[in-house]
Amino acid sequence: MNRAEKEQYLREYEVLKKKGKPFFPYAVLKDSAMMFVVVVVVVAMSLVLGAEQGPKADPTTTTYVPRPEWYFFFLFEVLRVIKPPELVPLATIGIPTIAMVLLLLLPFYDRNPERRPERRPIATTAGIMTIVAMAYLTFLGAAAGSPTEIEMEVEPQYEAGREVAAGLGCLACHKFGENGNSLAPDLTHIGAKLPANAIERTVRVGPSFMPPYEDLPPDKFDDLIDFLSSLQ
Amino acid sequence: MKFPQQLIPGPLKRPSAPGERGNGSGNGNGNGAGPVDQLKEVPADLVGWVDERTGGSGFLTGMLYRKVPKGTNWFYTLGSATLFAFVVQALTGVFLAMYYTPSADEAYASITHLTNDVFLGEFVRGMHKWGASLMVILVFLHMGRTFFFGAYKYPRELNWVIGVVLLILTLVMGFTGYLLPFDQRSFWATVVGVNINGTGPIIGPYLSDFLRAGPEFGATTLARFYAIHMLLVPGLLIALIGAHLYLVVKLGTTAPPWVSAERKPKSLREEQV
Repeated sequence: MNRAEKEQYLREYEVLKKKGKPFFPYAVLKDSAMMFVVVVVVVAMSLVLGAEQGPKADPTTTTYVPRPEWYFFFLFEVLRVIKPPELVPLATIGIPTIAMVLLLLLPFYDRNPERRPERRPIATTAGIMTIVAMAYLTFLGAAAGSPTEIEMEVEPQYEAGREVAAGLGCLACHKFGENGNSLAPDLTHIGAKLPANAIERTVRVGPSFMPPYEDLPPDKFDDLIDFLSSLQ
Repeated sequence: MKFPQQLIPGPLKRPSAPGERGNGSGNGNGNGAGPVDQLKEVPADLVGWVDERTGGSGFLTGMLYRKVPKGTNWFYTLGSATLFAFVVQALTGVFLAMYYTPSADEAYASITHLTNDVFLGEFVRGMHKWGASLMVILVFLHMGRTFFFGAYKYPRELNWVIGVVLLILTLVMGFTGYLLPFDQRSFWATVVGVNINGTGPIIGPYLSDFLRAGPEFGATTLARFYAIHMLLVPGLLIALIGAHLYLVVKLGTTAPPWVSAERKPKSLREEQV
């Protein structure tokens, strides 16, 4: 904005301000109503959703798949999408840092005096696209499934075993269909590759860096083996 | 809508235009008045006493009766809603701090005690937990309003910069607060978060060493997150919110961009006469 544009803005603003109403009580009233809404929403969320406490932090477990708070899902998702190791720093630090710097310096590179959104097509489009991208990445991050969720369709009698596998955090290393990681063998079709007794032995002793699961309650252990054997 | 004028102590009344009579300074002239009348003067006298020693009434009346531009709508309440969400977080946070032990051995047990035994403990913890999400949403909505209304333009560029720093600090609060319950979820998410910081160029490794208080997650890591969450960032937030509000009062809130002063040049000329 050049000097004339600045002066014109200030002049117009003075006029609009003169035509306005005093902050107290008019704006104060609206703000108070909004504050009331905020309190009601927070109280309602606390009453409905509560504050559940998970199992105690255990630095020795290696099977827990970490999940950030939902408003960091979009960052988490950028990290998941960008896989090549040499690009990881770009995803983790580069993109968020560039986004923050762009946001911080916005008034210094957007020097267009126009304020109406429909007359600032580039800014408005960029803003809407940023919102859509963040919403989409947040959605993807949320839909990636909780760390303890295996989305494979199984016959009803194997659902108990599926829950056991999910609860143990097998997904931290193994892949089940669309879920999980590829540190250890893919278990999507493990039932077709190994007989049930071989699966049972593997789960019991835990080869390589896999932890042994022989201390599992017998019924859960059997459910787990039945589920794994059913994966054809 | 009229606010009952008699409820406002004299020095805080809207300054009247020169020549206009009426809501004067409210100096109690108690001569000949009954005890009830004298009692009525007490609030005005008290305010007058403070004002005589601080000179604060000029600032307060200036702030309260400053004009808000024509066309201001509900979108303009998002900022105060965010502020109020922060106040809720601050108050519930104080109560949580009364029961919380920031040590790796006792943190989890102190949260269990707070959740299960303390009167309304789970309720207050739920307010703090969900209030954080609500505050993040409100910060983004407030920023969206500012962006699409072009309110970050001259002369409010600096306030936009302060606002972006407030957004970053709010996210830092979310990140550091997430570890404090010290359950599996919060622990592992924080381990990964700190490791991600470590992949950053140049300062990355130093930043993650600073956050962990060493090369590994240890006994002092939790205390460090607690201090950042409880002292460092809230202090910065309060100071910057103060600066943000000061600039809002000083520069005034913007009018919606489609409200034009030039639409009716005739009435404009009348105003200026």
